[in-house]
Amino acid sequence: MEKVVRGFYSIAHSVKLCKPNVIAAYPITPQTEIVENLAEMYANGELGDCEYVTAESEFGAASILVGASAAGARTFTATCSQGLILMSEVLINAAGMRLPIVLVNTNRALSAPLSIWNDHQDSMVLRDGGLMQIHVETNQEAHDMVPVAFKVAEDHKVMLPFMINMDGYKLTHAYEPIDLLEQEMVDTFLPPYNPPVYMTTKDPLTFGSYAPPQYYAEFRVALQNAMERARKVLEKAYKEWAEITGRDWGGHIVAEGVEDADLVAISMGSLTGMVRDVISELRNQGKKVGLLKIRTFRPFPAKEVRGALKDAEKILVFERAVSFGHGGPVGMEVKSACFGLTPEFYSFAVGLGGRDVPREEIVRIISDVYYGKVDQGFHFGTVKPFEEVIV
Amino acid sequence: MNYFGPGHGACPGCGLTIATRNVLEALEGKCFVANSTGCLEIVSSQYERSAWGVPYIHSLFENAGAVAAGIDLALKALKRKGEGKVVVFAGDGATADIGIGTLSGMFDRNHDVIYICLDNEAYQNTGNQQSGLTPLGSNTTTTPVGELFPGKMGRKKDMVSIAVAHGIPYVATASVAFHADLRRKVKKAAEIEGAKYIQIHSPCVTGWGIDGKQTILSAKLAYETALYPIVEYENGELTRVRKIKERKPVEEYLKIQRRFRHLFKHPKGKEIISMLQKIADENAAKFNLDV
Ligand SMILES: Cc1ncc(C[n+]2csc(CCOP(=O)(O)OP(=O)(O)O)c2C)c(N)n1
Ligand SMILES: [Mg+2]
Repeated sequence: MEKVVRGFYSIAHSVKLCKPNVIAAYPITPQTEIVENLAEMYANGELGDCEYVTAESEFGAASILVGASAAGARTFTATCSQGLILMSEVLINAAGMRLPIVLVNTNRALSAPLSIWNDHQDSMVLRDGGLMQIHVETNQEAHDMVPVAFKVAEDHKVMLPFMINMDGYKLTHAYEPIDLLEQEMVDTFLPPYNPPVYMTTKDPLTFGSYAPPQYYAEFRVALQNAMERARKVLEKAYKEWAEITGRDWGGHIVAEGVEDADLVAISMGSLTGMVRDVISELRNQGKKVGLLKIRTFRPFPAKEVRGALKDAEKILVFERAVSFGHGGPVGMEVKSACFGLTPEFYSFAVGLGGRDVPREEIVRIISDVYYGKVDQGFHFGTVKPFEEVIV
Repeated sequence: MNYFGPGHGACPGCGLTIATRNVLEALEGKCFVANSTGCLEIVSSQYERSAWGVPYIHSLFENAGAVAAGIDLALKALKRKGEGKVVVFAGDGATADIGIGTLSGMFDRNHDVIYICLDNEAYQNTGNQQSGLTPLGSNTTTTPVGELFPGKMGRKKDMVSIAVAHGIPYVATASVAFHADLRRKVKKAAEIEGAKYIQIHSPCVTGWGIDGKQTILSAKLAYETALYPIVEYENGELTRVRKIKERKPVEEYLKIQRRFRHLFKHPKGKEIISMLQKIADENAAKFNLDV
């Protein structure tokens, strides 16, 4: 059933259909309306036997889900920015304990300076935490990826937390027509959670034991192996989803017109739409340019990325975050995936802290790279001239 | 079935293991345990050597209250409440300092959880650093005795009042010196729906500098001097205290412990001892402890 809803609701509706047992959350802009929507559903008895709580902090919310998930519950939360990094100690712990918590991160910049607006700095901080991470381009994709997230997280071959990244404001606040899922469709796709082990007095197990050096490494190898297995499980789930719903969002990556492209532009998240638009206009003008959209960020689809870029002469990454002291975090991954290939490499951090990225900026950056007007390496997009106080 | 041990690696005379075993036995093992990082966790949960005969989870140092709340919610949602009670074992540092936020949230939402604070009066797992529950004058590695300072300055945080102020249905203190009283309190807590807080005075052999044989003696002296009142609150009302027959001067308690020994030599020691005596006197008056 198609309905015009905000990004928040596209998530909340989908979460409801996934029948979580425990939701714990804490408000933070621009995520709040997701949990407000869920709270309203809870208040109206629409969440079945689900327990919904507002915690005393994001740290508390994530910790509640650790207990609930270990006790065998399907769990969900949503957060972003300061909330996500406040959760980080818990989420990294949950990954190590192999708890399939699903969360939506409505990407927002990190303080200082305080900013409530969108970039990808928050989720990048969690890069090495052991969570699966995907980025969505539209609210329909966000809506569709919630059941996928539960299915993959709870797969016995995987058992890891799953974070869906959707751009704060750009997606969360946007009204779009969404083909809202029906319960039967989700039920066909997503079986009830069947934990391989859980806390029960019938079979008392110890969770979160500590591992001296003779054991620790093996746990971490197991975590890495789970991430590796997740590649296939995730790809299969993407495919199955496309078959059931008729909406094919692609695999770990979506490559458009890269085969004959001299220049391939790379993007993640909601910016991709505009980059695609510019790229297709340039192609119509006869320029050999292509687009690579990265959907899965962890596990990182290095093989697919390399495959898509193998013939490119120039690679251009649109970054939404900075790894201070190095460069753009997506570009770093792309470069390592392309090790041994020798394309020119460019990366531009744009739209930091919610700064508008006008179409002209994308056009300018792409043509500067295309015509060799800029140096290779990492750059910032549009920045005003300013004087640094501390130098 | 053993609910706790064999196989834990606690020091001989450790107060925590005495407290833990009594709690688990009072609950007849029908419980889910959430444990914070700390001594108890470290001595009992090493991979392949778990001493726990009940379902057990350790997540972090400062989140056991929230983890327990999550178990409570899951049991409710999955209609498994009948399986057992949710119990937290957390150190004084985990409780009164770093985890007080998640604890307050758990109290505030009144989860059906028995929160046991194992009070050994410092961060013992990491080598006797001061916590909010370290008493005045105690020599810890972060409040070391020096020329200027005679150990920890400032008094022990009043967690009992903080718990009572949350309006939870049951709050009590207990001591490893009084097993029957401790078990009775745990059993009572188990019958009450909502959040329960029991703070158990649990001497630490190494941190306090006592002999392994003096654990019970030390705990008993803490009670007999009124430095550790044994009290019970139901629905915010003080309902029961453990009366003291012949209250002892605080020196009796202080002198057998290395952590207080400097108080008998340090230029400011006398003053601290008299302040501690004043705290004991206030406790006795507040709870009407003297018979
Ligand atoms: C966030 C965090 N900070 C610090 C530590 C280090 N740490 C582990 S246990 C502990 C002290 C525990 O003290 P307490 O809660 O009183 O328990 P005890 O060991 O005394 O029983 C500390 C400081 C940690 N594990 N996590
Ligand atoms: Mg302690």
